[in-house]
Amino acid sequence: MGSIFTLSILQSALELGCIYSLVALALFLSFSILNIADLSTDGCFTLGCSVGAVVTIAGHPFLAFPAAMAAGVCSGFVTAFLQTRMGVPSILAGIIVNTGLYTVNIAVMGFSSNVNLFGCDTMFSLAKDLSDAAWYGSWHKIVIVAAIVLIIGVIISWFLNTRLGLSIRATGDNEYMVRASSIDPIFTVTVGLCVANSLTALSGAILAQYQKSCDINLGTGMVTIALASLIIGETLIGKGGMFKRVLGVILGSCLYRFIVAVALRMSVPAECLKLVSAMIVAFAIAFPYLKGKASFYKMRRMPAKTGGEDGDDGC
Amino acid sequence: MLTLKKISKTFNPGTVNEKKALDAVSLDLADGDFATIVGSNGAGKSTLFNAITGAFYVDEGQIILAGEDITYVKEHVRSKVIGHLFQDPLKGTAPHMTIEENMALAYLRASTAPHAYFSRISGREKALFREQLALLDMGLEDRMKQPVGLLSGGQRQALTLLMATMVTPKILLLDEHTAALDPATAQKVLELTRRIVAKRRITCLMVTHNMHQALELGNRTLMMNGGNIVFDVQGEERSRLTIDDLLSKFHDSAGVRLDNDRILLSR
Repeated sequence: MGSIFTLSILQSALELGCIYSLVALALFLSFSILNIADLSTDGCFTLGCSVGAVVTIAGHPFLAFPAAMAAGVCSGFVTAFLQTRMGVPSILAGIIVNTGLYTVNIAVMGFSSNVNLFGCDTMFSLAKDLSDAAWYGSWHKIVIVAAIVLIIGVIISWFLNTRLGLSIRATGDNEYMVRASSIDPIFTVTVGLCVANSLTALSGAILAQYQKSCDINLGTGMVTIALASLIIGETLIGKGGMFKRVLGVILGSCLYRFIVAVALRMSVPAECLKLVSAMIVAFAIAFPYLKGKASFYKMRRMPAKTGGEDGDDGC
Repeated sequence: MLTLKKISKTFNPGTVNEKKALDAVSLDLADGDFATIVGSNGAGKSTLFNAITGAFYVDEGQIILAGEDITYVKEHVRSKVIGHLFQDPLKGTAPHMTIEENMALAYLRASTAPHAYFSRISGREKALFREQLALLDMGLEDRMKQPVGLLSGGQRQALTLLMATMVTPKILLLDEHTAALDPATAQKVLELTRRIVAKRRITCLMVTHNMHQALELGNRTLMMNGGNIVFDVQGEERSRLTIDDLLSKFHDSAGVRLDNDRILLSR
């Protein structure tokens, strides 16, 4: 069994976990905080990836990130616009934008279904040249993505405690209160979705440079994977302050990647990966519910010990 | 302070479910007036409140608050100067946010500067919130970091009242805000309401199904039926009015036998 947990597996799980944790953070904002299921995530991820790739190919490896984020903001704005001002139900708004983005993504990549970044300078290749130390050669990617994710995490948890952040949280928490307070739910939903989608797109852009390619189908299933990471994180960390919850989401993402890596190591064929992912997601979402059920059955099986003490059990 | 000029609202117009909820309602509330509203279910009391808060726009008429025509002002803009408490204690606060954060949201009304978007709750504000919470005498000032979801219904309603009045509103709308609470807690919240409203001289409209409260609280009593104000009494005449008088008025105006078990006759 020892061979399953090799250093390189841990390393790539951490790298991918950190990169994809930005999508999980985006869903944390839209799904957990705003209580909106934003299904444009798949398309937005590919949008970030393609914009990032194209800008990188054009010779601007660092400009790729703000460019991708700006594209994500636009996508989030359209989703928010449809549901707040056009009366489109939120799930449909996400699906519509997701469908539209497919064409946009193809167009961004010059009407081709994939592009590759071989031979281009990327953030990773430039950072690698900074030092010749032996450890740095294999760990520089982790250092970079972990730093980015941590900075984003700190900013997000800071943002959610500002007045605007509090307003956004209240919008997802109690609709009636928001209407009775002086908060404009249209504005808070729009800001929330713009921020969330900019993170999704940033994640896509980092992935483009990480794997030096971008494919039109890259984002397929991304929303499910991010949701799994989010729920694993929230189950592990539970309730707490914003920073703790954000950290939990990042941790959940890394853990999810680790589970997938182990599944692949245990000779699960690569073609089955989506099925394995779906199973992990279903399990991660069902787990908290099953845990509650299990404790209920346990309690029911011994009524004499727990319920009997009250004396009026069964009345 | 608040003037309603013949406001009307019809829900589902042109369908079999058409319902004229407000029928040319006119009302003039003076500064500092505290009016109670009675009326059976469906009389239009909550609809009247929702028209004032801007949950919908009225079909006809004009709403003027403190000299400003707010008939077509958006709900979130109006709510800066309107306090609104619901019957359901869960509606007024965000359960997954702490007491402190809830109060900070209510305190947003105080500032209009856009730069405040990115400011955090300051130490000075925390001290202010703490001081205000202590007035409730419920020990909430020591639980400011706890989520509001952990509080009881009475505590949440008291907190909502505090939040609605933290920045003195131009009008406070109380929609049966003690009806879902147990009698002792209801009394406490009511006492608190009376104290805060009197101290700040807040203009206030309160819906109640308790005839005793309707006559005892405030300085004016309104009765609604069929989307209209059918009875409006204040001053000398009101002080002579008994619960029985009010009930018979109710019979007369409603034209039906009073069989609504939500009308309470507590003394």
